Formats: sequence, structure tokens, C-alpha cells
Amino acid sequence: MTLLQTKNLSAFYGDFQALFEIDVTVNEGETVAVIGANGAGKTTLLRSVAGALPVARESVLFDGQPIGDKSAHDNVLLGIAMVPEGRRLFPSLSVEENLLLGGHSKRAGTWNLKRVYDLFPRLYDLRHMPAPTLSGGQQQMVAIGRGLMSNPRLLLCDELSLGLAPVVIRDIYVSLAAITAERTAVVLVEPDINRALDASSRFYCLLEGRLALSEPSKGFDRAAITAAYFGL
Amino acid sequence: MEWLNVLIQGSLLGGIYALFAIGLSLSFGIMRLVNIAHGDLIILSAYVALVVTQQTGLDPISSLIIVVPVMFGFGYAVQRGLLNFTLTGGLLPPLLVTFGISIIIQNGLLQVFGAYTRRLQEGSIETASLQLPGGISIGVYPLLVFVVALVGVASLQLLFYRTGLGRAFRAVSDDADTAELMGIDNRKLYAVAFGIAMIFTAIAGVLFAIRTIFDPASGPIRLILAFEAVIIGGLGNIWGTLLGGVLLGVAQSIGAAFSPTWQILAGHLAFLIVLIVRPSGLFPRTRD
Repeated sequence: MTLLQTKNLSAFYGDFQALFEIDVTVNEGETVAVIGANGAGKTTLLRSVAGALPVARESVLFDGQPIGDKSAHDNVLLGIAMVPEGRRLFPSLSVEENLLLGGHSKRAGTWNLKRVYDLFPRLYDLRHMPAPTLSGGQQQMVAIGRGLMSNPRLLLCDELSLGLAPVVIRDIYVSLAAITAERTAVVLVEPDINRALDASSRFYCLLEGRLALSEPSKGFDRAAITAAYFGL
Repeated sequence: MEWLNVLIQGSLLGGIYALFAIGLSLSFGIMRLVNIAHGDLIILSAYVALVVTQQTGLDPISSLIIVVPVMFGFGYAVQRGLLNFTLTGGLLPPLLVTFGISIIIQNGLLQVFGAYTRRLQEGSIETASLQLPGGISIGVYPLLVFVVALVGVASLQLLFYRTGLGRAFRAVSDDADTAELMGIDNRKLYAVAFGIAMIFTAIAGVLFAIRTIFDPASGPIRLILAFEAVIIGGLGNIWGTLLGGVLLGVAQSIGAAFSPTWQILAGHLAFLIVLIVRPSGLFPRTRD
């Protein structure tokens, strides 16, 4: 069943147009990757869906309802959560307070503090530490946990692997499997194409704000991706 | 012993300055709002209390059960309906708008109440005093004000670190955009924050007006004292604000010990010295 659909989604920063008539769909429980070079519009796409960037009302449909004009905090209530690029934890809050803040909307569901600690056991011992004292990988776990605390139906993950060691990235991606097992759909924005394709069932490739390619992630044509990625 | 007395009297005097400053510290700490109208809101609270005491026969301190909710509602409405719209365009719009509110309040009060000086009467507690060993005598009323300031700061500390609302305040103060992504309605939260700031402003206004005469133009000097207390203590630190108020009070009372004409100036000089030695205040918490 279709959970998220964008129709002719265009997004602007002032006079600058960052997205041009993007059509993407995400089904319930599905993991979809969004790849593309720097400045292709990946983050803009996520921010438009999350409500952080206002777009035309009818250009984003969630569960069939138009939400393009809704604010980010309203969308959290509907079940859209975002793990922002660079993690953006609240520095004056402890790990546990960051997680609790993710549950601010009090949306009902199966995720709670205990389940987040089960998913990321290392966070339990660190729960009273100020968020900035954690390592990058641990901070990323907190950021994911914070997103899950709102019990989302759609989790938007922006560059989970940014600045992390490969072994840590692998742990993070293992945890994604546990998340999608709950029927939560995940949209992954990822600069590492192989990583993105491994973790997803379909992908979209953006090029300069336009959709360049959309394919299943398995059995793809490497040359076609390269062409779409670089616009050759 | 004389200097111990100066120190004690100054600290107690600092209680009222801390109360002036708490509301200002809150609105800056949470939403980076520099509220030029803060002093006039203190005086407005005093006039609201004046009307309530005249209409109901309540004494000024009891009138707080009406004045506090009225000022909370006023603060909530002003933030929701006006100040929220100034917060996206940098530092200047809120400065200009609150400056405008300041002028409107001053002239509105002048229109309605005239330029007469007023005072709230609380009765015998105003002049009661306690005798301490060593010939030191402290006023019951200044002590009460100081205790109120202390309890106020402590309760804010509890609010900030023990409740979900406080957690949301700290998150929004850290990073408003990300807080919005986590499901927090910033505009509503700001309105609640300004309402809470107005609770302390109302208490400050009433306690001040029992001790000192006031008129519609009394606001700006309270604003300056509040600013000084906030800056001395360090921006965004609520305990620092209490300490800033006390330091200001002590400096004034040291100045007054030399000569009464030195009282106000000594407070400002202490502020200038802190500004030169530690421009970000004694205990800064806010990063930007």
C-alpha cells in the first residue's frame, strides 16, 4: 500500500528552485534509497516531505492525504520522523532527554525508551551523559532512537554514515533491519551508493533537482547509475 | 560588623533585582528575545495590582492570585499574536517591536492613570524587622522578597530539568529547527515561555510597588537593572541571574555606605567592571 507519494513536487529556497517536478512513492514497510551527487536535492526532498520546507499542498500525499502545506510538528503527529543530517542532537540535553524529546508528540506505538535501549544496548550505560560527549556513531544511534520515539510510519534518514567509521556504519545499518521489521517505511539518503543499494529495495537517483533514474536496487545496471549520477 | 551589615542588606536588595531579571533572562534564554518592554511590563503589573486591590479590597500580595493569571494570559497572547512574527528576521525586529510596546504601555498608563506616583500598601510587614546578634537588623519584607526570588529560581530549575515542558524549552533554545522536526510546536511553546516570564514579571512588579513609589515612566530604569543583573550573571543561566541581582544589590549598598548619592552609580560601575573583565558574564551558558 502506498504510504508516501509526491506528485510534481517542486521546492524553492527563495528564488532558487531546488527540486523540479519530482514524483516518488514509498510503500508501507519499504526501504527506499535516494542517491545523487552533492547539491542534487536529496536533503531538500526529505525536508519537503518532513514539512521543514513549505511546498504546494497537493504535491506531497501521506496516506492519501495532502500534507505539503503542513508544518514539521504536525507531520510528526501523522507519523513522519526525520533523522537529520549531522545528527543535530540537542547539546544541553542528556542522551535519555534527547530520546524522550523525540517522544514529545506522544504518538502511540511500539517504540519506547526500553525498546530503543534494546536496539542500541550501548546507549543504556551512556543515558545520563550529555549528548555531545558521545562518539559520532553513538550520537547517530541516539538520533535514530530519537526519531523512533515518535513511533513513525515513515522514517527519513539523512546521511546516516556521515563521518563514521565503516565498522560503525555496518552496525547502524543492521539496526535499520530491526526498524523495517515493524512495518516502518524508511527513506535513506546516502552518498555511498553501494551501501544505499544494499539496504534498500528500490532507489531514486536525483540529478540537479530532477529525477534521473528510478529502479529496483537489485540487479541494477551499474553504467546506468553512473550516467544518472553524474548526468553523462 | 558594619561591612557584614552592608553585605546582608545588599544581598537582600538584590532579591528584587533578581526578580526583575528572571523574566528577561527567560525570554532571552529560550527564544533569544531581547525584550525592551520588560521594565514597562513590570510597571504594568503593578498597575494591574493597583486596580485589583482597589476593586476587590484584597491586599497587594493576595492580589497576585488575580494579577499572575492576567499577566500570564497577556504574555501568552502578545507572544502568540505579535512577537512570534518578529523572531525569524534577526535581532532587530524584536528590538523594534518591544520598543514600540514599551512606548504604548507607558503612554497608555499615562492616559488611564495620569502621571501621579502610586504605591501599594501591604501594612505592618513593610516596616517589621528582625534583630540579629551583633546589632544587625534586617527588614522582614526585603527578606521575604529575597526568599521569593530564591524560590522562583529554584522552581524554574525544577521546571527546566525535571519536566517535559522544561526539556522542550531547553531543546528549542538549543536548536529551534530541529525541535520543530521532533514534533514541538515552537510558536505555542514560545507563547507559554513568555507567559511564564510574565508570571515572574507580575510577582516582581507587585513586590516592587509595595516597597517603592511608581508612575507610568518607572519602567525603563527597571529594565536597565534587569539587564545588568542578567548580563552580570551570564546569558541563559537562571542561577547566574539571581547572583547577578545580588551582586548589583551588594555593589549599590557598598556605594551607599560611602555616600547615598553613590548608590545607583556603584551598581552601574560594578556592571561596567564585569563587562570589561568578563564580557560574557560570570556564568554564561548560552552559546550564541
